[in-house]
Amino acid sequence: MKDHRISRRAVLAGSAAAGAYVLTGIPARAEVNWKKYAGTRLEVILAKGPRGDNLQKYIKEFTALTGIEVESEQIPEQQQRQKAVIELASGKPSFDVIHLSYHVQKRQFEKGGWLADMTPYMKDPTMTAPDLVESDFSAAGLQYAKNDKGQMLSLPWSVDYFILYYNKELFAKKGVAVPKTLDEMAAAAEKLTDAKDGTFGFVGRGLRNANMTLWTNFFLNYGGEFLDGKGNILTDGPEAIEATKLYQRLLTKVAPPGVAGFNWMESMASFTQGRSAMWIDGVGWAPPLEDPNASRIVGKVGYTVVPAGPKGQYSATYGDGIGIAAASKNKEAAYLLCQWAVSKAQGARLLQAGGGVPFRNSILNDEEIRKGVKMPAEWLQSVIDSAKISKLGLPVIIPVAEFRDLVGAGVTATLSGADPATELKKAHEQFRPILERSEKA
Amino acid sequence: MSTLTEATSATASAEAAPGREWRPPSYWPFVIPALVVVLAIIVFPWLFTIWMSFNEWKVGSPTTFVGLANYVRLPNDPRFVEAVGHTVVYTALSVLLPVILGTFAAVVFHARFPFRGILRAIFIMPMMATPVAIALVWTMMFHPQLGVLNYLLSLVGIGPQLWVFHPATVIPSLVLVETWQWTPLVMLIVLGGIAALPTEPYESAQIDGAGIWQMFRYITLPLILPFVFIAAMIRTIDAVKSFDIIFAITQGGPGSASETINVYLYSVAFVYYDLGYGSAIAVIFFALIIVLAAVLLYLRQRTLWTEIGPGA
Repeated sequence: MKDHRISRRAVLAGSAAAGAYVLTGIPARAEVNWKKYAGTRLEVILAKGPRGDNLQKYIKEFTALTGIEVESEQIPEQQQRQKAVIELASGKPSFDVIHLSYHVQKRQFEKGGWLADMTPYMKDPTMTAPDLVESDFSAAGLQYAKNDKGQMLSLPWSVDYFILYYNKELFAKKGVAVPKTLDEMAAAAEKLTDAKDGTFGFVGRGLRNANMTLWTNFFLNYGGEFLDGKGNILTDGPEAIEATKLYQRLLTKVAPPGVAGFNWMESMASFTQGRSAMWIDGVGWAPPLEDPNASRIVGKVGYTVVPAGPKGQYSATYGDGIGIAAASKNKEAAYLLCQWAVSKAQGARLLQAGGGVPFRNSILNDEEIRKGVKMPAEWLQSVIDSAKISKLGLPVIIPVAEFRDLVGAGVTATLSGADPATELKKAHEQFRPILERSEKA
Repeated sequence: MSTLTEATSATASAEAAPGREWRPPSYWPFVIPALVVVLAIIVFPWLFTIWMSFNEWKVGSPTTFVGLANYVRLPNDPRFVEAVGHTVVYTALSVLLPVILGTFAAVVFHARFPFRGILRAIFIMPMMATPVAIALVWTMMFHPQLGVLNYLLSLVGIGPQLWVFHPATVIPSLVLVETWQWTPLVMLIVLGGIAALPTEPYESAQIDGAGIWQMFRYITLPLILPFVFIAAMIRTIDAVKSFDIIFAITQGGPGSASETINVYLYSVAFVYYDLGYGSAIAVIFFALIIVLAAVLLYLRQRTLWTEIGPGA
């Protein structure tokens, strides 16, 4: 509650300052005219989750600030993506503002021309608060939000870095140090595995499609790049094979049985019950890990960046943004809402609750905001460190889902003994025509 | 208006063949709403799906007519071929097991014993649960490290199993959930049949010295066969189109080991947005269901004939 009061005060202070300018007649700079679109009604389509909750919870403040009425609905992620794509493709979407998943939808939305260009609004001082500048977003965020012409098609909202979660108690029991490289991690996982006791060194996603988000951490750290200069996919090269070998070794030798069918939920269950010592997954799982009702390892979780590979150290990055439907008739009002959603006050709330990590550096670097974070300090540090080594975790192409399914199935097959090189080659041959067709169309 | 109606009816009746049932056109306005609804929500979507299957139709891209190309893709698509196999195995198992167990349960619950009512009520409870909700519960029960199923096995000295987390055991494990949920339905249908059976054949059989098994084999089973068939038909249709349990527990995985036609169709149409190819799969899937329904109806007719006996 305290945080809310602070931010509200900040808003009031801002308005008071604006008023003072008007009264004193110092016309030094144009101010945002928040009330210009009062009375407009906006429809918003959100993916279910902490970002959607955070927007809906405080939307009254936005209406009080702007006089814009907002109708919003939260739909489970998969269905939200489908609904949005079908409506946008029809040319008459029922919403003005859309919450989009960059790592799946960026290229598809750009190609469809479904999002409105925000660049002119961002340059207009009567529409954009002075603290919202492009350079405040992290590099990954800008990479996601901008198209190849440099237009801002959305505002980066929340980023998902992959980090290494580890169980400090199990580490101490076996006298293992926190790994700095992937090789050290594999060695540590072997020491931590005690199959008789039912504890394993490593757990992570094995399920086809879902597993790609973990695998790409290895792929990037082995020096992999998704696409060459001509847009050809490169997931059957030596980097991919090495990454898959590591993935295979970890998930078959030092991971719980059945991991080939694990998504994040089963992995998290194994980790929170203290049955797996390490887990690489999205940064957003700290709240359930630190919740005494859901976890047996509260206070024992270590958080750190993904260990380095032979060719570098990257944190595979995913994220979501908020944009305006190109077909919307209320683009200006919609822009004000997008701006408010990624504002400092809203971003601080998101970060402090552990519900997401804003793309904006000014939020992450703000001491006051950091103090209010309810998650352990180590978690916050892993976020900040990951931001420095962030790299997009999936190729920016249209058929992301097919990519994840096909390569993911090949990677999963290696868990039942298939040869990494053969599987990757097979997946590659199946996927290449799909990619070529998608870019030609 | 009335003259017009009379005039049309006069010409129509003149044209109608003698002896054929004749409906005066004045009924037509009452038929039209139903006709419109059927055309709009059944016939039109079907024709449209068939039309879509002749096109390369991707959401967000222009569509082009490709003739039968989508159908040619099907036999060369290993995922589709595998999905057909999975659907057959999944359907066969999830019809056979509930039908056998459900018939057995019906016979057991037909007998009189204490607390029968309460036990029957408990037995049909799984049927009342929401499939997605129970699917999530079963997912955690299947967990190889933490699941209660492996714990129960360990009590009787059996080592941990991988259940839905291994390609070889995933379909039988999913069938286990399906069986758990739908055996009660079969039991209810068959129990209704048994309750309606006459008692005389049993009495004369007893006088002839027939045992329990003989009575079941030669009296009960033939008489309840039509009910078993209805149960099997309902189960078959449900099992072929089963989606929720598979999708919620495995999403077709590990790999694509539990991907049925339905699950694959969903991926193609709504995840890859390849509506043309998805429509082709839907058309083939529909044709398969029609064939299956025809076979089942034919078999059901045959059981009726044997029931009535030759010469009837």
